[in-house]
Amino acid sequence: MSTDALYREAILDHYRHPRHKGHLQAADIQYHDHNPFCGDEITIELKVENGVVVDAAFDGRGCAISQATASMLMEEVMGKSLDELKTWDKEFILDLLGIEIGPVRLKCAMLPLKALKAGVWGLDEWPE
Amino acid sequence: MNTLPSPAVAPSLAGLDLARIHELRAEFPILARQVHDRPLAYLDNAASSQKPEAVLRVLDEYYRHYNANVHRGVHTLSEEATAAYEGARLRIARFLNAPSDKQIIFTRGTTEGINLVAHSWGRANLRPGDEVLITEMEHHSNIVPWQILRDELGFTLRHIPITDDGLLDLSQLESLITPATKLVSFMHVSNVLGTVNPVTQIVAAARAVGAKVLLDGAQSVPHMPVDVQALDVDFLVFSSHKMCGPTGVGVLYGKRDLLEAMPPWMGGGDMIREVKLSGSKWNTLPYKFEAGTPAIAEVIGLGAAVDYLRQVGLPWIHAQEQALTAYAYARMQEIEGLRIVGPGPEARAGLVAFTLSEIHPHDLAAILDQEGIAVRAGHHCAQPVHDRLGLVSTARASFYFYNTPDEVDRLAAALEKAAQIFTF
Repeated sequence: MSTDALYREAILDHYRHPRHKGHLQAADIQYHDHNPFCGDEITIELKVENGVVVDAAFDGRGCAISQATASMLMEEVMGKSLDELKTWDKEFILDLLGIEIGPVRLKCAMLPLKALKAGVWGLDEWPE
Repeated sequence: MNTLPSPAVAPSLAGLDLARIHELRAEFPILARQVHDRPLAYLDNAASSQKPEAVLRVLDEYYRHYNANVHRGVHTLSEEATAAYEGARLRIARFLNAPSDKQIIFTRGTTEGINLVAHSWGRANLRPGDEVLITEMEHHSNIVPWQILRDELGFTLRHIPITDDGLLDLSQLESLITPATKLVSFMHVSNVLGTVNPVTQIVAAARAVGAKVLLDGAQSVPHMPVDVQALDVDFLVFSSHKMCGPTGVGVLYGKRDLLEAMPPWMGGGDMIREVKLSGSKWNTLPYKFEAGTPAIAEVIGLGAAVDYLRQVGLPWIHAQEQALTAYAYARMQEIEGLRIVGPGPEARAGLVAFTLSEIHPHDLAAILDQEGIAVRAGHHCAQPVHDRLGLVSTARASFYFYNTPDEVDRLAAALEKAAQIFTF
């Protein structure tokens, strides 16, 4: 895979201009997670009405893959039901990114979804 | 920490023996590999080095011709395996100028060596009120074992801070090394800053108060002559896989009286003289610390690696790495937005950790990988030093004697490319 494919323009665009970055006034769901191997951090916040996401924000720091995925994911959650979010998996993230990705970088890509699902399920900690 | 407004120095190839470097490269089959259709530029030697034919051959020979357990059988294969295994121990003792091969204990690596000293010597000698002194630049393997033991035994763990330019701050050494200090445990060469620490000065301060010294040689033994008697350290630990040897084996050297007095830390076969259901007697050195079947092939491979390094010549290796590092340092300083952490090339060993603008080190490493260049990105198992630098992580290029200035040029070009991709 070439560098251009790994960092395709859509990913770089989300990394340079993250959508929904920041914090919500009164979040109903908030979850913070990090990847101890690379120090990437992510906080996901959701505002929920009648089981549907009406606003979403993320904050964090990390590599282009983790931050761009978080940005894309926040666009996706808008208007979705919590039940639907619970069904999202690795394939969903890979489709979103539109790239092939190795096992190490997959952890970067999965961090935002891990935080999102842990928040939606109300977990204290992600089960190993 | 603000590293280096060092004056820019023009990149120079002075001191590099390119003809010999290329001859030696040919002995490392993996260096002929392509990665992403480009020749591999392996610049991750601080994590693990590559292996020459001389080492690969003895591993193959062992398994093909005399694979057997050691110290047990009276059959020919076992005798041959035992002779090769113990022969490696003797070669390593000579390599370090250790007084006796009985002072060479095989471990799984540097980490296990430190844990062995912590659990055996530490448990027997440390009590509340005592102090163990480490440094702010240590690898996690020389922090965490002492924290675990401190929580169990109640002694105090202190550290030598580092200066803004990435050197140990020895100005407070007298207040840090006191009669309460029982052990000073520190790295010879930093795996992040590249700093070569002043062993002699620290050993002298420790001796003055009767403290013991453990030296982590993981980043020094592969790259420069290390003489345990000249340095006068009590313990030295290092890993095979960073010095052309196989993974899964390392060495603990210790002073004989200390090792004799230390209790075993793992029980099992090979480490006993006599076992009765009511109790057991320990075997003599070094076997007291080598419970269970050891990594036989790997130890024999390490013996071959030591022979190989002696033949190449540690002084030559050190000189080449110094020259290449000075070249890399100067080349990288030319790149806009690139920040090198740690001291200038005159005070550092063969590695350069850095950040480039706001680009995450993982993204840098991924882009370099696409160009066939292997570097490491992350905190390199040294979070406290990154905290001190105000960084989460860095990218690191680390060299061995088979690296070339051409590979450094490719690194610099790929970094320029990364800067373009991530221009905002």
